[in-house]
Amino acid sequence: MVSISSVFERPTTYKGIAGWLVTVDHKRIGILYGVTAFIFFMVGGLEALVMRWQLARPEMTAVTPEVYNQMFTMHGTTMIFLAIMPLGAAFFNFIIPLQIGARDVAFPRLNAFSYWTFLAGGIFLNSSWFLGGAPNAGWFGYAPQTTKLFNLGYGIDFWIMGLQILGIASLAAAFNFIVTIVNLRAPGMSLMKMPVFTWMTLLTSILLVLAFPVITVALILLLMDRSYGTLFFTTSAGGDPILWQHLFWVFGHPEVYILILPAMGIVSEVLPTFSKKPLFGYPVVILSGIIIAFLGWAVWSHHMFTVGLGPIANAAFTITTMAIAIPTGVKIFNWIGTMWKGSLVLNSAMLFSIGFILMFIIGGLSGVMHSSASSDAQQQDTYFIVAHIHYVLFGGSIFAIFSGIYYWFPKMTGKLLSETIGKIHFALTFAGFNLAFFPMHFLGLDGMPRRVYSYESAMGWDLWNFVSTLGAFMIGVSILVFLHNVAKSMRKPNDAGNDPWNGRTLEWSISSPPPVYNFAHIPQVKTLDDWWNTKYSGKKPLRKVAGGSEQPSGEAVHIELPGLSYFPLFASLGLLIAAYGMMFSLVLVVLGMLLTMASVYAWSLEPAEEHSPSDPLSLEAKEIASLPLDARTDRIAELLKSSQGRKK
Amino acid sequence: MISKYFIQKLLVVCCLAATIGLLSACASDSPMSTFGAQGPGAAQLEDLFILIFWAALVVFVIVGGGLVFTVVRFRQKPGDTSLPPQIHGHRNLEIAWTIAPILVLIVIAIPSIDGIFALANSPDEDSLTVTVTGHQWWWEFDYEDEDIVTANELHIPANTVVNLNIESSDVIHSFWVPKLQGKIDAVPGHSNFLWLEADEPGTYLGQCLEFCGEAHANMRFVVIADSLEGFEDWKANQRAPANTPSGRAISGSQLFLSKGCIACHKIDSTGGTIGPNLTHFASRGTFAGSILENTRGNLIKWVTDPESMKAGNQMSAQAPVYTNPDMAMTPEEVSHIVAYLQSLK
Repeated sequence: MVSISSVFERPTTYKGIAGWLVTVDHKRIGILYGVTAFIFFMVGGLEALVMRWQLARPEMTAVTPEVYNQMFTMHGTTMIFLAIMPLGAAFFNFIIPLQIGARDVAFPRLNAFSYWTFLAGGIFLNSSWFLGGAPNAGWFGYAPQTTKLFNLGYGIDFWIMGLQILGIASLAAAFNFIVTIVNLRAPGMSLMKMPVFTWMTLLTSILLVLAFPVITVALILLLMDRSYGTLFFTTSAGGDPILWQHLFWVFGHPEVYILILPAMGIVSEVLPTFSKKPLFGYPVVILSGIIIAFLGWAVWSHHMFTVGLGPIANAAFTITTMAIAIPTGVKIFNWIGTMWKGSLVLNSAMLFSIGFILMFIIGGLSGVMHSSASSDAQQQDTYFIVAHIHYVLFGGSIFAIFSGIYYWFPKMTGKLLSETIGKIHFALTFAGFNLAFFPMHFLGLDGMPRRVYSYESAMGWDLWNFVSTLGAFMIGVSILVFLHNVAKSMRKPNDAGNDPWNGRTLEWSISSPPPVYNFAHIPQVKTLDDWWNTKYSGKKPLRKVAGGSEQPSGEAVHIELPGLSYFPLFASLGLLIAAYGMMFSLVLVVLGMLLTMASVYAWSLEPAEEHSPSDPLSLEAKEIASLPLDARTDRIAELLKSSQGRKK
Repeated sequence: MISKYFIQKLLVVCCLAATIGLLSACASDSPMSTFGAQGPGAAQLEDLFILIFWAALVVFVIVGGGLVFTVVRFRQKPGDTSLPPQIHGHRNLEIAWTIAPILVLIVIAIPSIDGIFALANSPDEDSLTVTVTGHQWWWEFDYEDEDIVTANELHIPANTVVNLNIESSDVIHSFWVPKLQGKIDAVPGHSNFLWLEADEPGTYLGQCLEFCGEAHANMRFVVIADSLEGFEDWKANQRAPANTPSGRAISGSQLFLSKGCIACHKIDSTGGTIGPNLTHFASRGTFAGSILENTRGNLIKWVTDPESMKAGNQMSAQAPVYTNPDMAMTPEEVSHIVAYLQSLK
């Protein structure tokens, strides 16, 4: 072995905390993403509860206006960047390689770097609470409210640098998934044989790659204005605050589809499985997704209908915004078509998906109401819009994410979640959600502005605010019920089996949880829903074996697994240190960037070979691959059992 | 197991609850409600909303109802493990449900676009014009042709088109009087246009709708539509010079200078323009972004400690009487200043 590789010897441990810190396994990274994002989801939820408490009655004084402003800024920023996006990323990570029959993502270390950078961004943003106050200018950060002239504290700087770090994480992940999906699909899986969730992940990743540079530029301009005295957004010096709005929403509207397309992907997997039918109109659903992703770039100014862009611009963006309702409607019709004449299994995953469709119809229709620029003149910046975005992002994205959790949790852990508790969770979420957010439509039409910390009884908003607060706390209870469900499941032995739902896609052809190398044999794909068709190809259903498809057995297969690495973690840590340095000390900037650069350098010098040949996992994978098809399941089960025994 | 009957009952209850909810929201007597328009601008937008609402409700009943029907009708029967027919799609259906939403959208797009141009173009360009400037956190109204500058209360003649140039002196605000017209943002460096008209004399609430900082919630205003004669009287009073103080107000007027109030507040032609023009302050019903009634009690509290009445306001942050202990006012001085303010009819 050459000297350089002994300097940068790659770690080999899978055990304990160290095993998680150096992991490059997409499944572990997926779980890290999921758990971390869920924690942030609860933080954002607590911020929402503080706001709902404050608004429960008129003229409450639970928090000061300044703290309230920080609460709604952090609530929005957290839910979008630290909860819904990374919860989507959790599924991308865990599921995509399994759905396309790959052993990992294309760039496993970059994947680890994405996660650690996301975590760094999350910690950085939330640490602002303790370092002089959180950002307080809304998740949209309109200039000149965010410029130094009107906002002296560190809050906005935390917001700028936090979003920049999160942008790096998102970009790295998005590139990774595009390359993975384009290049690592199992042989035979042409684009139109790809599962819908994989399709939507691909579209989301493309949107990310195109949208994030725009906000990166906007944030750099704002950073320059705040830190180096440029005047991009200062009117008296020839700047223009409208520039910020255009840049922000050119990013911000595709961002909405970044949040909703993965949800549509999840629902498009869950509905066929539990209807026992293929997705109705698969090519149309894919095409609708592509059209939505494309049109998503032509509607940003509907966030700016009251800015004064003029009647021509408002009319044009009214039409493009209305047009986006067409592919969205087509998707909804196809989902209902999928269930039509099916044999619907109404379990928790399915209920959340059905709930998603119903809530998304309401969110879509209220969206059409303010797609009309003139109608929007009475709705913009009122609670009507708050109701709309929550019907789309909670009733939409979060419902779908819960559906995905109930659907894939058995694959991730080997354990089924309790259906009884799951249904209670659904009922509470559904009731709480509608109690919390439907009344906001009334509040908005009755003229209640967004982002106000208080209101007077004379305004006539008391009743619906109180109802809304009750609903919000009901959602809080539903989250506790969900956590109880997860905790309860984690304590019981594995009971899911490989394919608990009679699934359609490749992830259900391997054991639960999957072995490190996923597929002992890379499957040969012949059709859409290949695993389903393998099971029902006229013959009696095949035994559910690893590498499910009809691969000739006994062939010697080389299993290549990515090596573990310390450096993604260190590269992210350097970014975190440098970000703090941007506010507190130039020395930290230099040290942090040095750490990041050194880590990237070391990363590139790491020995490229796979696990050392003596690695027990490598040996295990090779042994499995050498077994005849029929014998594999039993052997994997044996190995998993013995590895669990070792843990205890 | 949940029976079909129970689900049907539940649906009926939900529909009733939703209808009652919608009705009570529409019947709200909230002074900021977008229902019950009091001017032609808001009335057109209300009609448009109601049209879109019915279109949306019909779509919701059909699609949502179809969804619920599908779920109830095709749920798995106990013990049934057979596979349903494996349908992959249907071309004509796809075409049909692509065209159907296009038709609905055309129906709402036409009046929407009509509304966009109605909102942007004044029905009477030569009518009274007022420049509205948003400040953190109050509104200034400048009747340039009349040489009147006032704050927080926009007086207009009823039954007359009023043209507004909407501007901002600092951050972005949004000007909204829901009973009279849709909103438009006040953007620094831009002059936006809005027109409004009130059908009847009356008082209409307005508020800043674009988040503009700490006191955003307390940046309100009122539009007072007067009869034509009433408006002429109001103009005559506003154009008159400020009252000459007498009694305690004399001392108040001196304090107004010595305590530095004049640096931001204009009276007649002297004073700064950072804060509201106070020439006819006592003629206004409300103050401090229209959140406080213009009473002696409120004025005493406000002048003594503005921060406790309106958190974040610029006066408590900038005025030396609040930032410099040496400049602080005694209760007696406060009462003199208030006497002076109350004399400015």
